Amino acid sequence: MIEVRWHGRGGQGAVTSVELLALAAIEEGKYAQGFPAFGPERRGAPVMAYNRVSEKPIKIRSGIYQPDVVVVLDPSLVGLVNVTEGLKSNGLLVINTSKPAKEIRDKLKYTGKLATVDATHIAREELGVPIANTTMIGAVLKTTNILKFESLNAPIEERFGRIAFKNKNALKRAYNEVKMV
Amino acid sequence: MSNVQIMTGNQAAALGAKLCNVEVVAAYPITPQSQLSEILSQYVESGELKAEYVRVEGEHSALTVCISASTVGARVFTATSANGLLYMHEQLHWAAGSRLPIVMCCVNRGVGAPWTIFNDQQDSLAQRDTGWMQIYCRNNQEILDTVIQAYRIAEAVYCPVMVCYDGFVLSHTMMPVDIPDAADVKAFLPPYKPHTILSPDDPRNLNPVLFPGQRRDSEGVLRDGYMEMRYKLQAALDKAPETIRSANTAFAEAFGRNHGGMLWEYHANDADLIIVGMGSLASEATAAADILRAEGIKAGVVGIRVYRPFPKEDVRDVFRNAKAVVIFEKSISYGYEGGLCSDLKAAFYGTNIKAPIHGYIAGLGGRDVKARELVAAAKDSLASFDRGMVEPKTTWLSTFTG
Repeated sequence: MIEVRWHGRGGQGAVTSVELLALAAIEEGKYAQGFPAFGPERRGAPVMAYNRVSEKPIKIRSGIYQPDVVVVLDPSLVGLVNVTEGLKSNGLLVINTSKPAKEIRDKLKYTGKLATVDATHIAREELGVPIANTTMIGAVLKTTNILKFESLNAPIEERFGRIAFKNKNALKRAYNEVKMV
Repeated sequence: MSNVQIMTGNQAAALGAKLCNVEVVAAYPITPQSQLSEILSQYVESGELKAEYVRVEGEHSALTVCISASTVGARVFTATSANGLLYMHEQLHWAAGSRLPIVMCCVNRGVGAPWTIFNDQQDSLAQRDTGWMQIYCRNNQEILDTVIQAYRIAEAVYCPVMVCYDGFVLSHTMMPVDIPDAADVKAFLPPYKPHTILSPDDPRNLNPVLFPGQRRDSEGVLRDGYMEMRYKLQAALDKAPETIRSANTAFAEAFGRNHGGMLWEYHANDADLIIVGMGSLASEATAAADILRAEGIKAGVVGIRVYRPFPKEDVRDVFRNAKAVVIFEKSISYGYEGGLCSDLKAAFYGTNIKAPIHGYIAGLGGRDVKARELVAAAKDSLASFDRGMVEPKTTWLSTFTG
């Protein structure tokens, strides 16, 4: 079982990300959960959402405290919230940022596995808005191998209809542009 | 053909009500139920569900609308949480006393004061004695399927059913749900045909003040007194387990999913230690049992699915070889212990089940209940049983105060 924690801000679509990832998992015949950090939601405030993806039915109903993967949708959260909290020692941190890796590592005092991509830039170009939730799924798929890239096609088409191709382009670019650093 | 989608517990409940072709919905939004009433109003607005959605000023009225609509023969649905359910309390008794097959979802949430919006099961447990049947769900598939079964049960027993599922833990968590085909649901649950309805063609005075004893009515017919009427409610619930088990069996045959009838078990057969719970906690307990087994402790789980009517025969059977029992409950009867703990002990009275029983109160007000905590607690209990402790004091899990 793989556990993923997503950091974003209210309104940036972290919950949509976990839903799409869960949908892609069941496309592959796997099992999945997606849930927000429980409580009131506030636009703009730091929020978290979570995924579990497993080959077997998932019995666990409690929260995720030691994720395998942490995804940061909003660059401004780095240094503001403790994004590496509980991340497994061999876990992976995937960050949307335009900054060099060293700057991120110094700020977070983090020496583990790190991947970066400028997803906000990609989202602005491909979608016309600086909302990086679908874009970052591409980065997660490339760096984790949780799920196949194609498994996202159907969920994205169903969710976004006529603008699905824009989201797919953004996701594909992040898939190609993300770098382990 | 399966049609698996990812959805929250609230979405699954709404879909269940839609598949049952409910005719009247009256609900008042309250966290964590709100999404459920919102989706149902969208279904009605879009015409996907041919029902009347009655907007009301509070939960007492929501259930009153359901009582009225059910009395004139409609299949009705409502849902609430926590203090909303408490506000319905008077009408809960009225619905059951009127023998109306209403189905309600209780999206379990702790009650104030102090305020919490988060999950425990104090709200529905506090309604134990209202005459409603209560069914607890462990995942979102079970929510959808149980709503469908609940109408079949309610309309056979002529008693209302509360489908209980944990707020946020299920209501706001997306999980895979296989959506049954509408035609298959209709075959399992034909349209509601009430045996009596209130109609202008046959005006009646329902639920008048009854005298303590039996009395002849204006037509000279000997009618039940209050106590006879109440006895019939109890008699109906005493017999209801047969209906609940057969609805579960018929559902399993039609849809290939067996949720266990009155209760479900997980490796309980050869277990030395049985962990007991209701709802999502019981699912977490199966993960705890796996950990315990890996450590060499033969653990199993019994999930109490139906809390009222209480599965007395079923627990006597499933616990017959139990050597130790630990119970985790998300509610308490203040001044005594967890209600499930009391009920289980009572069910074992007079039998050969002499296993020591340790009751825990867990997860109140949304405190997360983790498998590893259940494992640690179960080991503590086993150690105290080994030291000869027969009836340990109720323990509050992970609670630290002076």
